[in-house]
Amino acid sequence: MDFRAALTPEHILFMLDGFRVTLLVAASAIVLSFLFGTVIAVLRYARVPILAPVLGAVVEALRNLPLLLIIIFTRFALPDIGIRLDVIASAIVALTVFEMAMISEIIRGGLLSVDKGQIEAARSTGLTAFQTLRYIVLPQALVRMIPPTVSQFISLLKDTSLAVAIALPELLHNSKIIYNANPSRYVVPVLLFAGFLYFITNFSLSQLALTLERRLRIEH
Amino acid sequence: MGDVLYVLEHYYPYLIRGFFTTLLVSLIALAGSLIIGIVVAVLRIAPLKALNAVGRAYVEILRNIPLLLVAFFFYHGLTAFGLNLDGFTAGTLGLTVYTAAFIAEAVRAGIQAIPRGQMEAGLASGLSYVQTMRYIILPQAIKIVIPPIGNQFLNLVKNSSILSLFAGFDLMYWSDYAASDSFKTFGAYILAAAFYLLMTIPLSIAVRTLEGRLHRLPDRSRAAQAAYGEG
Repeated sequence: MDFRAALTPEHILFMLDGFRVTLLVAASAIVLSFLFGTVIAVLRYARVPILAPVLGAVVEALRNLPLLLIIIFTRFALPDIGIRLDVIASAIVALTVFEMAMISEIIRGGLLSVDKGQIEAARSTGLTAFQTLRYIVLPQALVRMIPPTVSQFISLLKDTSLAVAIALPELLHNSKIIYNANPSRYVVPVLLFAGFLYFITNFSLSQLALTLERRLRIEH
Repeated sequence: MGDVLYVLEHYYPYLIRGFFTTLLVSLIALAGSLIIGIVVAVLRIAPLKALNAVGRAYVEILRNIPLLLVAFFFYHGLTAFGLNLDGFTAGTLGLTVYTAAFIAEAVRAGIQAIPRGQMEAGLASGLSYVQTMRYIILPQAIKIVIPPIGNQFLNLVKNSSILSLFAGFDLMYWSDYAASDSFKTFGAYILAAAFYLLMTIPLSIAVRTLEGRLHRLPDRSRAAQAAYGEG
């Protein structure tokens, strides 16, 4: 173990560059999975014929598969049927597909938690189904979904490391490159530093989620 | 579809071996993480600040770093201390230590759902803190905690796929082998997905049934449901 040789400025910069990729891929997947997840949740909540049960089955399958399998599938199996994506695109697509299934369940749970009486009241005052969703159900559901959504995003940030399997140049991948140069001396300091970066980011996020949760609980 | 059948026909002995290795790893890791998880949960609520801090540090650190980093620590990191673990052992240890943090949170929520009066009654009747925990609180908490633990087992089955990244001989490892050996990548991974779903779909139905049963319990036990952390 040699902290000074393992964590030189060049090595640290290389790892931070990997962390930049981690954050970039995670942030893209977060935005996309939230958008798709909302659409899926609303379609299922509204019980759109044919589409709702099909989406239900897809969500169920995705949630029950290892994310690593989805990542490897996106990168190595899709070219078999003519879909070629580069490493970064594969990682974003795979994470988005998996996380949108997870997030759609959180959103659906939020929507279902809104009392039926409120929907009936809204409809009887003359609001359309869409207006009821937009002005009555969604605002309340969104508030309730914040804490589980933040924990899901923390998982996503951690799960981005699974893309080492397709050589995405993210934090864990770059860390591996550094410690492979001299495993017995570098591996512990490098992994500790990588763990530290993940930890401070995710811990801050989870504390933020706790604060939000507390504030929302006071409002009710 | 033809490719899927081709891979199934030519590689089924490997895939079945991987299927059972995945189950075995998940079961070992579940048993190990239950032991560590219960200890950590008890540390977090023990009447001693220093122990609480140790328990909290364990949970917070492991919940906020990637599982793969933990596994790499056991696989690559321990070589710095002259310890060379094979992929199966290192992966199982990584999964155990990581999952224990989530189980600790579930167990803690379960213990805290038991009314305080029971601890007080146990202590007042002359039992020690450890005895009250062991004979009064834990047996009741276990019932509340079973669904979230089932959920963690489900996560273990999925998460154990990381063993494939360092020759752990699990289902994902043999699926990678079938894919690269047959050149029928698409078929091989579709088949891998089918094998995983064969394990995870019944498990998730079972967990949901248990959760449904929990909903009919008195209100206080619902607190435990806050602990269905993702793995």
